[in-house]
Amino acid sequence: MVDTKVILSGWELDNPVIPASGTFGFGKEFADLYDINILGTFSFKGTTLNERFGNSTPRIAECTAGMINSVGLQNPGVEHVVKYELPEMKKYFHKKVIANVSGFSIDEYKQTCEILDKQDNIGIIEVNISCPNVHNGGMAFGTDPKNAAEVTKAVKSVTTKPVYIKLSPNVTDIVAIAKSCEDAGADGLSLINTILGMRIDLNKKKPVVANKMGGFSGPAIFPVALRMVYQVYEAVNIPIIGMGGVSTSDDVIEMMIAGATAVQVGAANLVNPFACKEIIEGLENSMNKYGIKSLKEIIGGAHNG
Amino acid sequence: MERVVFKIKDNKKIAKNVFEIKLEGNTDAITKSGQFVNIQLDGLYLRRPISVCDYSKNSLTLVYKVVGKGTEQLSKMEKGDLDVLVGLGNGYDTEISGKEPVLIGGGVGVPPLFNLCKKLLAEGKKPSVILGFNTKDEIFYEEEFKKLGVNVYVTTVNGEYGIKGFVIDALKNINYTYFYTCGPEPMLKAVYNSTTTSGQFSFEERMGCGFGACMGCTCKTKYGNKRICKDGPVLVKEEIIW
Repeated sequence: MVDTKVILSGWELDNPVIPASGTFGFGKEFADLYDINILGTFSFKGTTLNERFGNSTPRIAECTAGMINSVGLQNPGVEHVVKYELPEMKKYFHKKVIANVSGFSIDEYKQTCEILDKQDNIGIIEVNISCPNVHNGGMAFGTDPKNAAEVTKAVKSVTTKPVYIKLSPNVTDIVAIAKSCEDAGADGLSLINTILGMRIDLNKKKPVVANKMGGFSGPAIFPVALRMVYQVYEAVNIPIIGMGGVSTSDDVIEMMIAGATAVQVGAANLVNPFACKEIIEGLENSMNKYGIKSLKEIIGGAHNG
Repeated sequence: MERVVFKIKDNKKIAKNVFEIKLEGNTDAITKSGQFVNIQLDGLYLRRPISVCDYSKNSLTLVYKVVGKGTEQLSKMEKGDLDVLVGLGNGYDTEISGKEPVLIGGGVGVPPLFNLCKKLLAEGKKPSVILGFNTKDEIFYEEEFKKLGVNVYVTTVNGEYGIKGFVIDALKNINYTYFYTCGPEPMLKAVYNSTTTSGQFSFEERMGCGFGACMGCTCKTKYGNKRICKDGPVLVKEEIIW
């Protein structure tokens, strides 16, 4: 019998597998397909203070071993989420969830997090300072260490739950930003968000997505994500949720050896709605294959010696 | 929605750039005409959504146009297995059609109307069908519809076959209680503007997942934001915002 349990800021998860925000909605579509209570937990659709329609369509482009999205944080707004989505979620998911939050000003981040902090079925608040698809905000907070620290401090000042900052890979030095968030009081870090990318339609000779650029995700970005998790692990002492192109149970283990305490799965859910179920079912096999008895013991293993 | 592995039984060209593929596998997840499937293809990341043309207990027929890498690859497959998500989208509602609905298809918007036509006939209604194409070599399924015993009006833009012009040129000369349509957006808009009767439109959009998770295909309607893949692809006339 292998031990797949991991602990994020005192919260014990049955396994480290967590569907990533924006690829799992509020879980309902997947709960119709399988019992999602097998998940470690999941990170729900990025939520902002006010309702957002998001960007114009087309919002999606195919890439080699991946995809581009420019959804632009479409969500019903925090009040709707608290009033309808969270109570509804309790009917089909009996664990706590991760609340993913975005904003366009420090004050918006603060207000949204303050509201979500009061909800009993939220375990962690994941603050997205790295959305590449919205102007005047999102990624702007995540590409400057000072701004990143400011958001972190502001959110920490109004919350009691663990706060994880979701970092952008679209920076020169992700380590500097990670450290800055840690110094400002972050309880953990999530990385990486999507990589800013683009495709051009050769027939129309114009960008495929209406917003011209979008976030590139999928297996193609896994090595970049893994490298960043490895670098950040060396520099900080807070837990990391690793993500970026994770598609198999082997990927989960690789990410954990690089330094992740838990692992999020994003784009894979969209091409295979059973991806997380299959990854969880494959964990024991992968652990046996590599002689791993407890997942907790492999975190950051690549850094020893 | 279910994920089903289908066996390719047949895959042949039936018109210019248009192919008909017949698959064998469990279709229990399909509940309505006008739903679609999402097909995984080797070496491509995102699945390819294609509307259901016809189905029975253990067989599925899709008619698709080669428009890019995915459909080109699919057109070259002669046999083998396909990983397919089945039973996606809301589909057409046949209950409110009245006695004599008209089905209006343009190009590769024609296929989902085929099973719909069978359903309406089974419900004792008398549908008529308008099939619009640009040119004669693009025409398909005229005979298949005729075999169902319905009136079929074919239009070609250049007039080399059937009625010269667009689907709306045929539409103005027939009586109908309701309409169902699928085709390119300019055609849908033309239909919308040329009738006072109510009806249902099937829309297309680039999709990520195809089952409502990614918000990649959302559009605005008078009834709120809708995901074309999950809350659509069929929208009723009254809710559409162009």
